[in-house]
Amino acid sequence: MATQQSRALGRILVAPSVALLFLWMIVPLGMTIYFSTLRYQLLNPGTERFIGVENYTYFLTDPAFIKSLSNTLTLVGSVLAITVVTGVLLALLLDQAFVGRSVVRLMVIAPFFVMPTVSALVWKNLLMHPVSGVFAWVARSLGFTPIDWFARLPMLSVILIVSWQWLPFATLILLTALQSLDTDQKEAAEMDGTGPLPFFFYIVLAHLARPITVVILIQTIFLLSVFAEIFVTTGGGPGLATTNLAFLIYGQALLQYDVGGASAGGIVAVVLANIVAIFLVRLIGKNLDR
Amino acid sequence: MAHRASAARTATITLVGWLAGFVVFFPILWMVLTSFKTELDAFSMPPKFLLFKWTTENYAVVQERSNYLAHVWNSIAIAFGSVLVSMLIAIPAAWAMAFAPTERTRGTLLWMLSTKMMPPVGVLVPIYLIYRDLGLLDTRVGLIALLCLGDLPIVIWMLYTYFKEIPMGILEASRMDGIGPVREVVFVLAPMALPGIASTILLNVILAWNEAFWTLNLTTSKAAPLTAFIASYSSPEGLFWAKLSAASTLAIAPILVLGWLSQRQLVRGLTFGAVK
Repeated sequence: MATQQSRALGRILVAPSVALLFLWMIVPLGMTIYFSTLRYQLLNPGTERFIGVENYTYFLTDPAFIKSLSNTLTLVGSVLAITVVTGVLLALLLDQAFVGRSVVRLMVIAPFFVMPTVSALVWKNLLMHPVSGVFAWVARSLGFTPIDWFARLPMLSVILIVSWQWLPFATLILLTALQSLDTDQKEAAEMDGTGPLPFFFYIVLAHLARPITVVILIQTIFLLSVFAEIFVTTGGGPGLATTNLAFLIYGQALLQYDVGGASAGGIVAVVLANIVAIFLVRLIGKNLDR
Repeated sequence: MAHRASAARTATITLVGWLAGFVVFFPILWMVLTSFKTELDAFSMPPKFLLFKWTTENYAVVQERSNYLAHVWNSIAIAFGSVLVSMLIAIPAAWAMAFAPTERTRGTLLWMLSTKMMPPVGVLVPIYLIYRDLGLLDTRVGLIALLCLGDLPIVIWMLYTYFKEIPMGILEASRMDGIGPVREVVFVLAPMALPGIASTILLNVILAWNEAFWTLNLTTSKAAPLTAFIASYSSPEGLFWAKLSAASTLAIAPILVLGWLSQRQLVRGLTFGAVK
């Protein structure tokens, strides 16, 4: 189809992008791998030396790593569960005709456009503050003792903030998918007298399987790297309570200046992200074939 | 009877719908309200919802205290700069892959997307050291270059899916009419490609505006965009939530409007065409 000439031209046009992305992937990643085999303290320049896999054994056996790994999985898993379940419900709601639906839709997708540092600080100081926050007021009005969110339930606090940020994404994608659900199919189900629950499980959810997979795939990739929300609220604490993998590595690199250790951690993070990516791409592939 | 039942149903759904919308939107609404309060009212318990002394002094103070506009300019320069540079690199590539696909195109596209799956923290150390040695820490140029590379896969994917939809028939017809390659691009292709290009710019500016890993780690003050500037409010010295709210409201307002305008493209751009 493409002529010899257009092939050559095509290659020239694609080359800059490919070259840049290749460099962007290979140079820093290569350096990270190299650094990860060195004892390299930023504060003692000139003392670097090769130590093989010592950084990895140190990093992987560090209790902080196990803790941050479990924190990462808790964060990703909880946010996925919250956003997908709430997202399905909100999408079903927004798929109904009601007065002012387009305005409500704008309200629901708004959090996605709020920068992470703003949403985290607004939640922390205006909503979750134990003395003057809106949640504390609601709790007191209902006769409960206000919760000191970030001291008592730090991980849950971060999960709530991140879920709020990603809820619009899930909702919007699932809503778009719902709107493509065939009206014929809906009517056929109605004529057959399908009850609301079987209708939801066998028709709606089946139709949403693929978009839900897409939501999970894309969100997981971003959620594995949650950083700013933790940076401005808890700083990873108290203790290690909200330190995820990204934050642990950041601390090792830019707070403790341990280049070797942080690089080993970085490689571990890349490997983990890739496992998830491969697993999910396969899942999506299966879904595509159906 | 049936009519009345469906009216009741609509009323219920309207109520539930607005309630849900209000709950999700509340943090933003509350932030905007707080930005017009005095610091004393912002802290008052029970909270004052609408009956407080409205003031705009927080907005003035934010600018006075911190040279807010400099950070706004950094955000604009970084977001638009990075997207425009990546557009320049991406348009030819997406163009070629959409109009002259080869057997390698599919693989190339998927590989490009896979570069986006690398967690930024995996390359934090080398980027930090390279930037330190090149004097690029806390510079707008440094961030533009970095975000441009980060944007590139999404930009190429989005453009590719848009270009793919341009009907080849029109192109062939105009070629039959003997139109030259330059006029072909200017008069036939550009008008059809522009909406896709505009949507791609819009969505990626939004993403770059809100990027908060590299901006937090590689800037300190001079080149700090709004994401990093707002983060400086995280170490509280006294009560200044009204000011935090004012600074935040200004930081998100323009991008929120852009986001609302681009809600259709959002789905398409972020799912790489997997959901339409």
